[in-house]
Amino acid sequence: MHEIYNFVSGPLVWISFIIFIGGSIYRLVSMGLLAKKKDTVIYAYFSPKYALRSIFHWIIPFGSVNMRKHPVMTLVAFSFHICLIAVPLFLFAHIILWKESWNISWWFLSDATADFMALIVIGSCIFFLVRRIVLPEVKYLTTVSDYVILAIVAAPFITGFWTYHQFFGYKVMGIIHILSGEIMLAAIPFTRLSHMFFFPVTRGYMGSEFGSVRQAKDW
Amino acid sequence: MAQAASKIIKTEIYDEGIEKGIERLTQQRIDQVINHVLKNEVGARLKTYVDTCVHCGLCSEACHFYLSYDNDPAFSPAGKVKQTIWEILKRKGNVDAEFIKRARLIASTECNLCRRCAMYCPFGIDVAYLMSIVRRICHLLGVTPKYQQDTVHSHAATLNQMWVKEDEYIDSLMWQEEEAQDEIPNLRIPLEKEGAEIFYSVIAPEPKFRAQLIYQTAVLMNVAGVDWTMPATPGWDNSDMCMFSGDIEMMGRLKKAHFETAMRLKVKRIVMGECGHAFRSVYDVGNRWLLWKWPPIPVTHAVEFYYELFNEGKVSVAQKYDKTVTFQDPCNISRGRGLHEMGRYLARTLCTEFIEMHPNREHNLCCCAGGGVINCGPPFKMKRILGNRAKAEQLFAVKARGAETIIAPCHNCHGGLDDIVHHYGLGMEIKFLGDIIYDCIEKPV
Repeated sequence: MHEIYNFVSGPLVWISFIIFIGGSIYRLVSMGLLAKKKDTVIYAYFSPKYALRSIFHWIIPFGSVNMRKHPVMTLVAFSFHICLIAVPLFLFAHIILWKESWNISWWFLSDATADFMALIVIGSCIFFLVRRIVLPEVKYLTTVSDYVILAIVAAPFITGFWTYHQFFGYKVMGIIHILSGEIMLAAIPFTRLSHMFFFPVTRGYMGSEFGSVRQAKDW
Repeated sequence: MAQAASKIIKTEIYDEGIEKGIERLTQQRIDQVINHVLKNEVGARLKTYVDTCVHCGLCSEACHFYLSYDNDPAFSPAGKVKQTIWEILKRKGNVDAEFIKRARLIASTECNLCRRCAMYCPFGIDVAYLMSIVRRICHLLGVTPKYQQDTVHSHAATLNQMWVKEDEYIDSLMWQEEEAQDEIPNLRIPLEKEGAEIFYSVIAPEPKFRAQLIYQTAVLMNVAGVDWTMPATPGWDNSDMCMFSGDIEMMGRLKKAHFETAMRLKVKRIVMGECGHAFRSVYDVGNRWLLWKWPPIPVTHAVEFYYELFNEGKVSVAQKYDKTVTFQDPCNISRGRGLHEMGRYLARTLCTEFIEMHPNREHNLCCCAGGGVINCGPPFKMKRILGNRAKAEQLFAVKARGAETIIAPCHNCHGGLDDIVHHYGLGMEIKFLGDIIYDCIEKPV
């Protein structure tokens, strides 16, 4: 077991980070080059001012008409994304790992807060799952990959919660936790999770078209 | 109404252009065309949009088809992409003729390219662009609704939308000039005046059967003392159904002729009549095909031009229009150019009472005629009318608050709203701003 632990917490971490960072850069750069060749319109009309204006309205909760039309979804989506990013970055247990490996550390969340936030992520995933199954317009668009992606995202939080509370078999679960986190990181550049870094691009481009050419709002 | 709506979806609509088109298709041709478009005409935008869409369905309520057809997910923006582009990509272009037929129907008769969904998608995914790709593929495969293809042929043969011959066009202008001279004796519609301030361009339906609009414009121009001209050569028509059928090469020819006519006349700018799609073509789309980032010569839509005239005091109101009005924001000049506040300024200046319909401004619902949909002709008329029950409900609500007249500064909106008003028994009047301006302004006695 120690060997497996050493492997997932050693080389696999490196591999997953390399895939995540390298893959993300590769996706952005290759898309940028493809756009240069085939969609020069993006460069011609991209306007930082209007791109930021649009992005700003869409990263503020209830900043757009559609968010106000779906208050529950907005609330869940924002809490989900905030917790999803904040928990792994500011979890005390994770900071310790950074400290031990690299002797660096930063501000962290109290365990109780992080615990609660992990529950928000898990609860949100259940909400998204139910939404996929229940709402006809979402069900219609849903493919197997959507469930897989949801599982990839939920897994590190479920297993992390399990490990922290030391439920039965938590040692094995701890290994699965690390592994699932690595799977998620590696999946980001090559699945629809890439919306993480494509969001500013697509929103910014639409914001530019609406702002500078059409002189209208897009939120 | 809901029953009727679902009935029409299930009823097979026969369109000769589409049926004959798919008869001629071979598998090889389909593969060849789709792969050509995917390889040579599209790239990063398509790929990013498809990779980024998280299938959340939040775009659904942006679409009037979805709302009107009882929230049927097949009519949601992403639902339409799923049935077309996603399938094409998944099967690497290996789709059959029936698929192409369905794709053409979805992209050309179930989507107005109104771009409202881009404002509802958290990622700003441009579904109108994706539907344009589908239209492009279908055009190259020769599968186009018959009425629309006829219009495209007219564009190709005459450089105008309605088979108007050169002499007939000139004749219509001279006829309107003569008519208007009964009212203002020294009125002119200056033809071919080189160096004039303004080239006034219209869509072909104006000289063809809405000639009174040219009359009204002539009166306004004369009262305001505008230095204007209209050309006596092809290139006078600013409309563009090629942009909507997928025939973008022809779109380029049309816009080139239009801009070159303006250049030949050495005018300072082009002022366009009250038409939305033509504005989109001249201001936003056609210029790009010709590699002009912005139109090579300034383009002003009628709403903005009227606004200037009133704002600068070149015309004044003699008597306000006394019915309660509401304002239909055309997609292509509100979402497409932010002219909604100028439109409201005019409505308030010209009318005693103005009330808003909801939603409004950028968020207004499309009339369901735009994007070339009304141009697909009679076979699709009921699909289009039932596909905008949402608009009827929006209008009923504003009528209940007292609105009697709808101001719609767009030809397509007129056509679309006219059908909706009649079918749903709304009993409301529809007017161009030009109609009201003509009735209300101070004229020389």
